[in-house]
Amino acid sequence: MFHRECGVLKTSYEADMALYPLPIARWTVGALAVLFFVVLPLTLHEYYLSIGNLVWIAVIGALGLNILVGYTGQVSIGHGAFMSVGAYTAANLATRLDSPWPVNILAGGLMAAAVGAIVGIPSLRIKGLYLAIATLAGQLIIEWIINHVTFISGGVQASIEVPRPRLGTIPLASQRQLYFFLLAFVVLAIIATLNLVRSRVGRAFIAIRDQDIAAEIIGIDIFRYKLLAFAISSFYAGVTGVLYTYFLGIANYEQFQINVSIDYLAMIIVGGLGSILGSVLGAMFITLLPIVIRLSMEAFGGMFLEPQTVMNLIPNLRLMMFGALIIFFLVVEPEGLNRLWRNIRNYFRIWPFAY
Amino acid sequence: MSDALGFFFLLMSNGVMIGLMYSLIALGFVLVYKATDAVNFAQGEFVMIAALAVALSMLAAGAPLWVAVLIGIAGMIAFGFALERVVLRKLIGRPVIAVVMATIGLAAILRGVGPTFFGAGTKNLPLPISDEPFILGPLFIPPIQVLGAAVSVLFIGAFGWFFLKSRKGIAMRAVADNQQVAMAMGINVQRYFGLAWAMTGIVSALGGIIWGNMLGVDVNLSLVGFKVFPVVILGGLDSIPGAIVGGLIVGLVENVAAGYVDPYVGGGTKDFAPYVLMILALMIRPYGIFGKRIIERI
Repeated sequence: MFHRECGVLKTSYEADMALYPLPIARWTVGALAVLFFVVLPLTLHEYYLSIGNLVWIAVIGALGLNILVGYTGQVSIGHGAFMSVGAYTAANLATRLDSPWPVNILAGGLMAAAVGAIVGIPSLRIKGLYLAIATLAGQLIIEWIINHVTFISGGVQASIEVPRPRLGTIPLASQRQLYFFLLAFVVLAIIATLNLVRSRVGRAFIAIRDQDIAAEIIGIDIFRYKLLAFAISSFYAGVTGVLYTYFLGIANYEQFQINVSIDYLAMIIVGGLGSILGSVLGAMFITLLPIVIRLSMEAFGGMFLEPQTVMNLIPNLRLMMFGALIIFFLVVEPEGLNRLWRNIRNYFRIWPFAY
Repeated sequence: MSDALGFFFLLMSNGVMIGLMYSLIALGFVLVYKATDAVNFAQGEFVMIAALAVALSMLAAGAPLWVAVLIGIAGMIAFGFALERVVLRKLIGRPVIAVVMATIGLAAILRGVGPTFFGAGTKNLPLPISDEPFILGPLFIPPIQVLGAAVSVLFIGAFGWFFLKSRKGIAMRAVADNQQVAMAMGINVQRYFGLAWAMTGIVSALGGIIWGNMLGVDVNLSLVGFKVFPVVILGGLDSIPGAIVGGLIVGLVENVAAGYVDPYVGGGTKDFAPYVLMILALMIRPYGIFGKRIIERI
């Protein structure tokens, strides 16, 4: 955030690793908390809160994927499927056993982690492109199994209705109630990720990303840590899937197809690989993009085009913008929104002086 | 011959033909990977956009078939060169995820561009061949499959000759083997990168014409691209004979599996079986049947 580290001298490793480097950082986080926990939910309309809810769900998934892709350097095109594993685990538990939401979320996350670790097994022998294709296979195979095994999905093309989560006796039915519910998980996920990446495990992940053979030589068990990265990342994905199921009220495999995996990859590319702020910004950006395109086309498209043309154009325009943005960020700003934010901050840090 | 055996042979013959047609598309993927170490996750979209260009120059502009085919091929060559120049050259030396995501982004753009500028409806791509299948005992072979298989074998042969004998092909192999040494030998590496993408464009245009005739031309034609990965992983990512062998294996396995398993599970085995096979291949022999084994040094 905006603050000047003038005269800040760190004299211990603890100070260097601290989550709040300065008291003002604590204040900014406090201000953001007030904004998101109090100001936004009390002022915004339910419709905008539902968009906010989509953003929060995406933030959790993007954080998880960034642990795997951005921090550990293992590509996964299978995160949509891991989400569906979490979603269907929770949906089945909720409908068959009537279990409460903490159990469902935990079980969904753990099941996704187990499946993710299994899909990650090839990562010991293969990497890079081959791993990307292997996880793509994982995505298609898991999708097919969930769709075709009646015990899990209730039949081909079926969907499972999931009851709303309850806090005590109150069902969280309105978007405003869900907003607080989801935001709590976002805060948990951000804190967990912040702490994970500065721990021993996180440093091992980063070492594997930078050069896995070298990491093995300095004594990191890469098989264990790669699988751990897959498991942790898939746990986030599973929780995302459960939360999305709660948000929609149904579990349906069509919500977790390969385009979802690609959306999440786009979030971390646009946001910035290996960056927590980047995951959050990227998730917001990619989630809001189609909504902004739709709203602006509905508002302004009619001036130039027939209404029917506008309706046909919106999904295609969304695809084109999406692809163009990915390529733009890859070519022009590989470190994503996170880097843009840093540039802005560095500019204002010394402003109004030149240097 | 009993009916069961006849059914089996029908599935097999169909598998061989379809498999060779997969090889043609996989060839486009292999060419780029072999020369530039880049992967093309938009291979299916290349096929779709080429088929759209050919179909529209015939239907809307009324061009004869050979003109339309030439337009399609020329357009895809230009597209390949432009793509390499504008996007992929900037990504040389970046992590795998960068190229993977760039081509995925490209795939999204093409899938949006197709319906926006060429119309969303399914278009026919008529070829002057009959629809009557050849009947050989229990076998029904549609002529388009014969044409597809023939074009596929022809082009794979041609590219095989190109890489083994021609001057440009040898230069391209040198680039694939070691870019720095090739550069030191006076080979213009970037030009060959462009050439590789242009060759992929040619192959995609031909694949688009044949697959477009079989399936009809719309956005869903790009789903053919999903079959490319099992084919190239089985055969080896950088091997041209591997594309043929992988294509044949995938074609056979998916047809036989779909013929016998689909009635019990409610369909979709065709899309599922090749990927199971591919996972097995990755576990046992990750570099494919003919692929080059990568030895890493720090």
